[in-house]
Amino acid sequence: MKKVMIGNHAVSWGALRSRVEVVSAYPITPQTQVVEALSDMVANGSLEARYIKVESEHSAMAACIGASIAGTRTFTATSAQGLALMHELLHWAAGGRLPVVMADINRAMAPGWTIWTDQNDSLSQRDTGWIQLYCETNQEVFDTTIQSFKLAEAVNLPVMLVLDAFFLSHTSEPVDVTEQEDVDRFLPRREAVFKMDTADPRAFGALVRPDAYMEMRWHQQEAMQEARDVFRRVEDDWEALTGRRYGPVEAYRTEGADLLLVTSGTITSTARHVVDLRRAAGEAVGLIKVKMFRPFPTGELRALLGGVDRVAVLDRNISPGRGGIFAEEIRSALYDVPPEDRPILFGYVLGLGGRDVTPAVIDDIIDNTRMKSRPEREDLWVGVEL
Amino acid sequence: MSQTIIRDRIPHEELLASGHLACPGCAAPIAMKLVLKALGPDTMVVLPACCWSIIAGPWPQSSLRVPLFHTAFETGAAVASGIKAGLEARGDSETTVISWAGDGGTFDIGLQALSGAAERNEDIIYFCYDNEAYMNTGIQRSSATPWGAWTTTTPAIDPEHQPKKDIMAIMAAHRIPYAATASVAYPVDLVEKVEKARTIRGMRFIHILAPCPPGWKTENDETIELARMAVESRVFPLMEVENGGAWRFTADHPGGPVEPYIRRQARFKHLTDDQVAHIQREVDARWEILTNRVRYGT
Repeated sequence: MKKVMIGNHAVSWGALRSRVEVVSAYPITPQTQVVEALSDMVANGSLEARYIKVESEHSAMAACIGASIAGTRTFTATSAQGLALMHELLHWAAGGRLPVVMADINRAMAPGWTIWTDQNDSLSQRDTGWIQLYCETNQEVFDTTIQSFKLAEAVNLPVMLVLDAFFLSHTSEPVDVTEQEDVDRFLPRREAVFKMDTADPRAFGALVRPDAYMEMRWHQQEAMQEARDVFRRVEDDWEALTGRRYGPVEAYRTEGADLLLVTSGTITSTARHVVDLRRAAGEAVGLIKVKMFRPFPTGELRALLGGVDRVAVLDRNISPGRGGIFAEEIRSALYDVPPEDRPILFGYVLGLGGRDVTPAVIDDIIDNTRMKSRPEREDLWVGVEL
Repeated sequence: MSQTIIRDRIPHEELLASGHLACPGCAAPIAMKLVLKALGPDTMVVLPACCWSIIAGPWPQSSLRVPLFHTAFETGAAVASGIKAGLEARGDSETTVISWAGDGGTFDIGLQALSGAAERNEDIIYFCYDNEAYMNTGIQRSSATPWGAWTTTTPAIDPEHQPKKDIMAIMAAHRIPYAATASVAYPVDLVEKVEKARTIRGMRFIHILAPCPPGWKTENDETIELARMAVESRVFPLMEVENGGAWRFTADHPGGPVEPYIRRQARFKHLTDDQVAHIQREVDARWEILTNRVRYGT
């Protein structure tokens, strides 16, 4: 069934098809339509779920944690300040090995007040132990929502799927909505291995002494490593069902390229267009889209970027005092590439607070990356007028 | 009340195991023991950060024979809401889900989540065992600390300035089906309130005064006696309120001077006679308010 829908509703439909059992959420622009649609679905009976209308995002995540340890499939959505407010509980969900799934609609952090997109909200949560998947289209949003539950429940880790405010959240695109019976085959009801059970009473999350804490973190890290393989299998199954797959990393027109752009989120679509035009003009430019940010696709990126002359990473985010976060992670990943194969990496910071990244901006970036012998600094800010 | 009657009225099943890690004389495990007896084994416990995070025992142990979820300080009511929703989503509407929090997790950092759960009338029981300060971190004042008390953040030269927050009035203002105070010195009253709460659906709140020998600077064997003195002197009256309006007392509160209760606790030893007289006036004024609540339902 094809439907035209905004990105936010692609999330809602993904949650509906996943038969989430408990939703707990608090409104924040630009996320709100996700949970508005879910509340309609619960109210009209199309989604058989409990919807807890909490008094804060903090309690939204806390309630999801409770519902998850009770053994159910749980979901929430948020943005920016709401995600930041959840921070402590993000650790609790991940450390507690609870497969909560959350959509984060990327919104820049205040102050100054803003509702427009950048990735600093989700990337600030990098080290909380959540798997992070960045989406480019509404179809990918729908697919990734469903895949997220399968992935989360297989490795007992929470998953954050991420989409750009407005450029995706409020933009209508056709979405092929997979039929319920097909999704049911792909994603059966959750059967939790560990849960609150009066027939088998256990304590969860108790004090852990130094002689055991580190082992718990080791298992968490092992689960993150395992998530790479599990995601591949999840995509295999989804592709068999729908014909669609995205990969943790996508290589677009990279054959023989001497310059590769690296993007995430909706900037990718604009970059595809620019790459097509450059290729048509005979220029060997390609594109790498990074979908999976945690666990980080280190191996894939080394293989794709090693041996290329120049790499331009486009970061819609900034780690103050350092640089663009994807660029920093990729620089680090490339350290183990033999020096002769190591590309010159240009890290561009752009599009913060929802500033538009047009084809002309990406054209300038390609030209600048070709023209300069080396980047003059680690963070090359695009379009800043002082 | 005779020992026989108490034995008949308190269920015999023990859901709190021996070997817990409470300090000698602590009222908190006594309260938990009685509450779990009243609730029975079909119970799940949510435990935000508090003394009980330690009392329950470290991984991989637990002193409770019911499922227990340790959680962040401010999330007791929200996590309990989520567990209840999860159980209901799987067709279990019978299991009792409780949040068990200290005064810090209730009066202070957990108040927002508690208010949210109360306003939504979540089908949970929220217990606050109130030792009147942040005892687990080493006796810092909370908004449940009484006026005049020494704590490590209200030194004797500048003790607590504020009266104890009226948490029962706050909960009653949410018009929840049931709220009550209870005392470890009145075990039958406590058990009866918990049993009553268990049969009611929606949000229930039970506030238990829990004397703390290290924090109150009292002897280990004075806990029950102090808890009884708090009730009798009207410092901590035993009450219940249904639907936010129908208040009633559940014990005799003869009144009389608060001084013996205050002077037994070294946390008040710096107080002058005038200051103790001030506490007396405050207790008397508050008693008037409470009797009016019982009389007029507000």
